[in-house]
Amino acid sequence: MSDALLNPANPANVFACRNLHVFVKDGDQEKEIVRGVDLTVQRGQKHALMGPNGSGKSTLAAALMGHPSYRVEGEIWLNGERVDALEPHERARRGMFLSFQYPVAVPGVTVANFLRASLAARRGTEIPVRAFRQELNEAFATMGIDPSFITRYLNDGFSGGEKKKLEILQMLLLKPAFSLLDETDSGLDIDALKVVSDGINQASGPDNGLLLVTHYQRILNHVQPDVVHVFMSGRLVRTGGMELVTALEERGYDWLTDEAAVAEGSRT
Amino acid sequence: MSETTTTNTTRGQLTAINDDYTARYGFHDPEDYFLKAPKGLNHEVVEMISRKKNEPDWMRAVRHAALDTFRAKPMPRWGDNESLDSIDFENIHYYIKPKGEQATDWNDVPDQIKKTFDRLGIPEAERKFLAGVTAQYESEVVYHSIREDLTKLGVIFMDMDSALREHPEIVRKWFGKIIPTGDNKFSALNTAVWSGGSFIYVPKGVKVDIPLQAYFRINAENMGQFERTLIIADEDSSVHYIEGCTAPTYSSDSLHSAVVELVAMDRAHIRYTTIQNWSVNVYNLVTKRAHAYTDSVVEWVDGNLGSKLTMKYPAIVLKGERAHGEVLSIAFAGHGQHQDAGAKMTHAAPNTTSRIISKSISKDDGRSSYRGLVRVNRGATGCKTSVECDALLIGENAISDTYPTMDVAESDVRVEHEARVSKVGEEQLFYLQSRGLDPDKARLMIVNGFIEPFVKELPMEYAVELNRLIELEMEGSVG
Repeated sequence: MSDALLNPANPANVFACRNLHVFVKDGDQEKEIVRGVDLTVQRGQKHALMGPNGSGKSTLAAALMGHPSYRVEGEIWLNGERVDALEPHERARRGMFLSFQYPVAVPGVTVANFLRASLAARRGTEIPVRAFRQELNEAFATMGIDPSFITRYLNDGFSGGEKKKLEILQMLLLKPAFSLLDETDSGLDIDALKVVSDGINQASGPDNGLLLVTHYQRILNHVQPDVVHVFMSGRLVRTGGMELVTALEERGYDWLTDEAAVAEGSRT
Repeated sequence: MSETTTTNTTRGQLTAINDDYTARYGFHDPEDYFLKAPKGLNHEVVEMISRKKNEPDWMRAVRHAALDTFRAKPMPRWGDNESLDSIDFENIHYYIKPKGEQATDWNDVPDQIKKTFDRLGIPEAERKFLAGVTAQYESEVVYHSIREDLTKLGVIFMDMDSALREHPEIVRKWFGKIIPTGDNKFSALNTAVWSGGSFIYVPKGVKVDIPLQAYFRINAENMGQFERTLIIADEDSSVHYIEGCTAPTYSSDSLHSAVVELVAMDRAHIRYTTIQNWSVNVYNLVTKRAHAYTDSVVEWVDGNLGSKLTMKYPAIVLKGERAHGEVLSIAFAGHGQHQDAGAKMTHAAPNTTSRIISKSISKDDGRSSYRGLVRVNRGATGCKTSVECDALLIGENAISDTYPTMDVAESDVRVEHEARVSKVGEEQLFYLQSRGLDPDKARLMIVNGFIEPFVKELPMEYAVELNRLIELEMEGSVG
C-alpha cells in the first residue's frame, strides 16, 4: 500500500482505524479486548477478518459501530471523517452499517415500520409510501423473503436464517458506505448462504467497502475478499489474500497462535 | 393499516410536537355554573343533590345509607396508603351543575362548553365513527345523541339521571346489584353522591356494530366527579362502549370515583374501552365489575395514562357456563404518578375461560403496580385462565411491582401465569440506533411496540390518539 493510501483521510479510503483499543468493564477493572488495530479499507474493497472463537472479532465490530458497552481508544475514520466521538445513529447516518450476529427482536414493531424509519434516517428524508413499497418488494425478492414478513414484528420469532437475510436486506436498502458483517454466515444452510452471499455481492460496489467477520471459509468462496486479515488475541496477526484462507482451512489457527506468541514475546 | 398508524408516530414528531398535557387538555374554562355545591361531604349535600335531581325516594334513601357506609368503612390498607391518606374529602365540591339544559343538538350546548369539547375533538369523532355520544361536564351530561336507527331497534343510550326518570324499573332492578354500596369505600362514596354516567340497554338480538362513546371532562378545581354507569346487554346482543376522560391541570387535587356495572345476558358480548388521561392532580379511584352469563363474552380494554393515583381493577364474574372474560390493560406511570391497576376474575360456573393481559410502563420516578385476583369457585370445573403481566421500565428510578393472587378451589383447572419485567434494552436501543434512529425515536419505537397488542384492539382513531399520547409522555425521557 502506498504511503498516501495509509492516510485515513485519503478519499480512496472508505474506512480506517488507527491504533484501536477496545476495553470492556470486568467488575471494577477494565479488560482490553482489542489491543491496537490498524486497518484501512479502500473503496471497492472487501476485507475478511478471520479468527478463532473468543478472539474479540465481534467486540471489534460492535465497538466500531459505537456500542455503549465498550470504551474505545484510537481513531475511527469513515469517508475521510473521524467518527469515533459520534453516537451509533450518527455513524449509521454517515453510512456505517453493522450486520449483527444475533439481531435482537423488537416485539410490536413491524418490519415495514422499522425499515421505513431506518431509511428515512439514513437518507435524511421521508420516503413516499408507494416508492417505499416498490423498493421493499424488490429487496424482498432479491433476498427470497416472503413479502408477508413486512407485517411481522422485527426479528420476533424469526429463524436464524430469516434474521440474517433481513440483515442483508437492510444492507441493500440502506446502501451503506462501509459495512461490518459479523458472522453473517453462522447458522445458515447452503441455500441460505448462497442467497445471503449474493445479497452482499449485490450491495457491494466500487464506492463502498466491507469487513466480513467470520471464522469459516465457506462464505469467502462466495464473497471473494480482496484482503484477508487474521485476528487473534485482540490483534491483526497476519494480512494476505485468499491463500491465507486456504492455509487456515488446512492448518487451523494453531501455527499462527505460535507466531502470535512469538510476536507477543518480541513486543514485551 | 398498522403501517400508517405507526408511521404517524415514527415520523420525527417528537420534536414537532412541543405542546404538552397542559396546553392540550390542561386548560380550563372560567367557572360559570348554575349550581356549585359548597365543599364538603355530608347528608345536606347528599339531600341537595337528590332533591335537585327530583329523584324517587328509594334512590334518596340509597344515597343517605351509602354516605353512612362510606363513613363507616376504613380506607383500604393494601394499596398506596400514603397517597390515599392525603385525599382531603372536605376540600372537594361534590356536585356542580353547569348552565343550560342537556342538549341533543350540538348547537344548543352552551358556547364555553361547546368550545371545550370542540377543542377535545368530541363532535368530530361523533361525525366520523360513533353511533352515539354523551359528553359529561362536571356532574352533568350536557350533550347526548344516538343514531336514530338504533333507537328504533330499542337501544337505549342516555345519561344515568335521565334513565332513572325514564326507565325507573330497569334502573331499580340493576342499580347496585353488580357492585353493592358497601363493596368498598369508594363504591359507597359514589353511591352517595353519584351524578351523570351512562345508561345503556341493548335489546335481545341487537348488535350495535359501531361504538357508543362517553366523554368525561372535569373543569373546576377541587372537583369530584362521580359518574355511575350501567350497561345491560340482553340475550344475543352486542355493544362496544368507549369512554375518554381529561381534566385541567391544577395544583390542588380533584377526585374521580366512578362505579361501572355491566350485565351480559346469555350469549351477549360487551366490550368496554377506557382511555383515561386525567391530569396529574386527579385521584382516579374506580370500581368496575361485570356479570357474565352463559356463553357471553365481556372484555375490559383499559388504558390508564394520566392521574396522580389510579386504583382500578376491572372485574368479571363468570356466572354462566362457558362465559369468557378478558381484561386487557396498559398503564403508563410518569413522574409523580402511581398506576395501581389490575383485574379480578371470578370463575363461578363450569367451563368458563378468562384471560388477563396487563402491560405497564414506568418512566422517571413513576410507579406501576399490577394487582390481580383470579378465583375459581368450588364446582367451577373445567375452567381455563391465563394471566400475563409485562412491565417495561424506562430510567433507573422507575418502579414496577406485581401482586398476582390465584385462589383455585377446583383441581381440573388450567392456569397459566407469566410475569416479565424488562428495561428498555440496551441491545434493542443499539440495534435501532445502528440503523440511524436517534435514541429518543428508538425508545419511542420500543415503547410503542410494547403496547402494540393493546393498541391494535382499539378503533383506529383511538389507536392514533393513544400513540400520540405516548409520544407526548415519552418526550425528553432520559433512558
